[in-house]
Amino acid sequence: MRIGRKTTTGKPKALVLRVAGINCDRETKHAFEIAGAAADLVHINQIARGEKNMKDYHILAVPGGFSYGDDISAGKVLANELSLKIADQVDAFVAEGKLVIGICNGFQVLVKAGLLPGFDAAGGASGTGAQSLTVFDNDSGKFECRWVHLKMPADSPCVFTKGMTEIITLPVAHGEGKLIFDSKETRRRLWDNNQVVYQYTDAAGETGGYPINPNGSEDHIAGICNATGRVFGLMPHPERFVVPTQHPRWTRGEAGRKGDGIAIFENAVRFAKKELLPTGAIHNIHY
Amino acid sequence: MARKFTLKKTAADKGVAGVEVVDVTGATDAELMSISKERTLSLNLLEMKKIARYFKNKKRNPTDVELETLAQTWSEHCKHKVFNGIIHYTENGESELIDNLFKQTIVGATKEIRRKLGRNDWCVSVFSDNAGVVEFDDDFHFVFKVETHNHPSALDPYGGANTGIGGVIRDPLGTGLGATPVFNNNVFCFARPDFPHEDLPRGILHPKRILKGVVAGVRDYGNRMGIPTINGSLHFDDRYLGNPIVYCGTGGLLPVDRVVKRPRKGDHIVAVGGRTGRDGIHGATFSSVELDDKSEVTSSGAVQIGNAIVEKKALDVILQARELKLYDCITDCGAGGFSSAVGEMGERIGTEVNLEKAPLKYGGLLPWEILLSEAQERMVLSVPPRNLKTFMKLCEREDVEATVIGRFTGSKRFVVKYNRKIIADIDMSFLHGGVPRYPRPAVWDAPDHPEPTFACPKNLTNRLIKVLGTFNVASKEWVVRQYDHEVQAGSVLKPLVGAQDDGPGDAAVVTPVLGSKRGLAVSNGIAIRYGDIDPYWMAASAIDEAMRNAVAVGGNPARTCILDNFVWGNPDKPDRLGDLVRASRACYDIAVEYGTPFISGKDSFNNEFAVDGKTIAIPPTLLISAAARVNDVRKCVSMDFKEAGDAIFVVGETFDELGGSQYYQSRGFIGNNVPKVDPKKAKKIFRAMYGAITGGLVRACHDCSDGGLAVAVAEMAFAGGLGAMVDTQKIPGANKIDRMDNLLFSESNTRFVVEVGKGKETKFRERFKGLPCKKVGVVEEGDMLIIGAPDADPAIKASIGKLKKAWKEPLAL
Repeated sequence: MRIGRKTTTGKPKALVLRVAGINCDRETKHAFEIAGAAADLVHINQIARGEKNMKDYHILAVPGGFSYGDDISAGKVLANELSLKIADQVDAFVAEGKLVIGICNGFQVLVKAGLLPGFDAAGGASGTGAQSLTVFDNDSGKFECRWVHLKMPADSPCVFTKGMTEIITLPVAHGEGKLIFDSKETRRRLWDNNQVVYQYTDAAGETGGYPINPNGSEDHIAGICNATGRVFGLMPHPERFVVPTQHPRWTRGEAGRKGDGIAIFENAVRFAKKELLPTGAIHNIHY
Repeated sequence: MARKFTLKKTAADKGVAGVEVVDVTGATDAELMSISKERTLSLNLLEMKKIARYFKNKKRNPTDVELETLAQTWSEHCKHKVFNGIIHYTENGESELIDNLFKQTIVGATKEIRRKLGRNDWCVSVFSDNAGVVEFDDDFHFVFKVETHNHPSALDPYGGANTGIGGVIRDPLGTGLGATPVFNNNVFCFARPDFPHEDLPRGILHPKRILKGVVAGVRDYGNRMGIPTINGSLHFDDRYLGNPIVYCGTGGLLPVDRVVKRPRKGDHIVAVGGRTGRDGIHGATFSSVELDDKSEVTSSGAVQIGNAIVEKKALDVILQARELKLYDCITDCGAGGFSSAVGEMGERIGTEVNLEKAPLKYGGLLPWEILLSEAQERMVLSVPPRNLKTFMKLCEREDVEATVIGRFTGSKRFVVKYNRKIIADIDMSFLHGGVPRYPRPAVWDAPDHPEPTFACPKNLTNRLIKVLGTFNVASKEWVVRQYDHEVQAGSVLKPLVGAQDDGPGDAAVVTPVLGSKRGLAVSNGIAIRYGDIDPYWMAASAIDEAMRNAVAVGGNPARTCILDNFVWGNPDKPDRLGDLVRASRACYDIAVEYGTPFISGKDSFNNEFAVDGKTIAIPPTLLISAAARVNDVRKCVSMDFKEAGDAIFVVGETFDELGGSQYYQSRGFIGNNVPKVDPKKAKKIFRAMYGAITGGLVRACHDCSDGGLAVAVAEMAFAGGLGAMVDTQKIPGANKIDRMDNLLFSESNTRFVVEVGKGKETKFRERFKGLPCKKVGVVEEGDMLIIGAPDADPAIKASIGKLKKAWKEPLAL
């Protein structure tokens, strides 16, 4: 683990957020690096104290782990820090159209901070706010680690998964991954906007009961994005499948040439290069 | 005996509130023993008298702080007095004197192996730090430690196991200048989970409750730490009723330039992480006594209360401080708390602790309690004055509590002050070198168990189903799934493998350095029931099993290090100690021949439970943990059959060795033909297998262990979702075994079942020239497993679905 690693110019910069109990930070940083980004591990206190500025970054990643022990409920404390302690920077980051990804605990955080589903994002007010979904205890009642299949139900605006129409496989490892809506209205809007990015399915792309859906998530939802497609959260871990030997059945020749997860990071890097780097195309969102 | 009176000047200084002076210099033998008992010092008369003599020479009595410090430092847990002691050993009537069994066998084996390796020695630091250290790659050394947390887990399964894993993680972190933890493993031994409730003795928790609590405790701590739990096993025997065994291990990576640690005179002693509380008082001495039905009431305070996030924060800070080279030395606060952490760090230099500075969870702790508390999540660092400010700032940024609690002095004395008054002052040489040695008797006589009398059943299908469904053989998926084995993104071979991700892998493989192809194959071996026949062959079999598991996935046998974890009964009973001598000697013989150095280990005695005048003693239990280097993980193989039409080979000879087998046990027998090891031949087989796997000749490989060949082939078939046909007459050794059940269920060591692809058979055979290796069958399309002689009805004929169901159901809790 390094502090204050120098970043290379010309590459999009990813801020991989650290707080007590976050534990997938190093592999998330690694995934961004092999996808072509420069990535820093940044403790939330460094942001809160002004030692680091989110303005210097193009991508924010909230990695997996057990932030603050997941005491109260998974991700809740960190969600409050995002929407209270560093809300200005987070809201500005999202408002500028920069990219945010929350993985596992990070997804729980984004949902509980109100950054997802982010229905109004296209209209302007896209930052932290009220919560309309939650991610709750698995139906199995326990933490489980297993590989799942994921399918995109429709062409979503998510920039992280652009072009990833094939069924992919990634591992999940969580005790609280069951997505629940606060209302039929939320559910309808999410589907109408194509904000459901991934559903749990079997290898053939059919949804089903446990363990195909490992946690009992409503509508088998594994990941969602906000209305602009620039904020993305998912329970499975794309950073854990970036090389073939991470696949559970690579010895059976099922892994393919590269890991299914790496494309998510490559998409982010490609988009950031094109849309967010100063030398790239013009910012298409101004507020 | 423990009178309260003001400290005389000779005792150090003026009296301090909460500090008692204990009269040992004027105490009779009986009084000395009752002091030891009342304070749970676990010191015997010889040791108490040595302490009394030391203070007589000093012309004063010790404070309770000093007495408690000595008791913890001299505890069996910390000093391994039994293993290092003198033993009068009698085997089958012949006697001899053994001076330091540990040095002769475990340490001796490593010494001999290193001598043979000469300039190619790949051990870096063994038996000297908190964990063993061996070479891994150009940038990192590999660090490995396995601990036990048995007594606490008996009283509080969740808390005991929770702090068991929490504790062992701090060992690699406290090794060298701090290793990054990269994996955890764990092995548990319980009584069977369906033990009749009405037969449960007083004061004992039901084994199912213990199992569930232990798994949850390890799960919640390990997962929160972000360390993948990649390997383990579960074993069941009703003799673990009163004393469950909880082995927890952690492997780590240490940068090659961070091995040497040494506190310097003038360095600050800095406590980092958790606060000190009244939990975990007397853990070290408590673990050196037998449990009884009152232990839950009398000793629960010895169980610590864990908080993984506090430890995770400390870990994060320490690894950053390590990169910045902010400290000279580090160790964990384990057994004995500050007293042993500071005492051990300052052994050669001397320390002065200002106890009132230690941050407490709550008020009201007596000074000796602060010094001795084994509260979790604490590390002690030696920070030079010039780095203190930077270090403290780093801790503060990450919300980690760090406190200067003293200095390394150069006085070669262990000095403790409380509000500037001296409350302990002991010579380091007495504290660490003063413990007396004395002889203990040990005896071993070969037992004679009744041999089975039943005839060989014609149809063995149902016998196979029965063996697959025993708790020891059955799937452990219920446990494995609750652990995150993917975090850190280094997973190559997972604990469960195969077409449906549910076959029993032999060893886990991880790449601990992101982006690198170099890996570690992590495995374990344990052969509990063989110890009922001969602990020598139990230990030999455990090493062989650990080794063949590592080799089966592609681990390099010439770069495999092993750890020993002895969990035994009361060493004052000569038969228990005799078992230890037998087992240790096998460790030497087999390890030296295999070239697998012991790099670290642990022993835990007194695992006995007294109730209603009876004692439940655990069987002698030796866990061997192994880690083998893998140069390129892309060469690794898993155990599931891959493709119909491939050849099935058996490597290694099957003997009539059913003694202690799962098959005999399922028929109610122990027998006497315990599996043996031919280490010279075994070494050749391991080397050949490594060559075959890395040479790309192997598609699947599985070792034969519990349940023998029949179970191994069945597991490969149902893990791969394929059928198989096996001709029993072709099995190496078949011509010398006259019973089909013996042939299929014998648990002979050093055997593998191997799937070899088309066109590779000749090359595969060549690798095993002169070694037992034969093609025995073919992987088949469909779902039938057929095992038998060609001209008779098959001995086993069953669908893999049925076999898998029998194997998966028993432990689906």
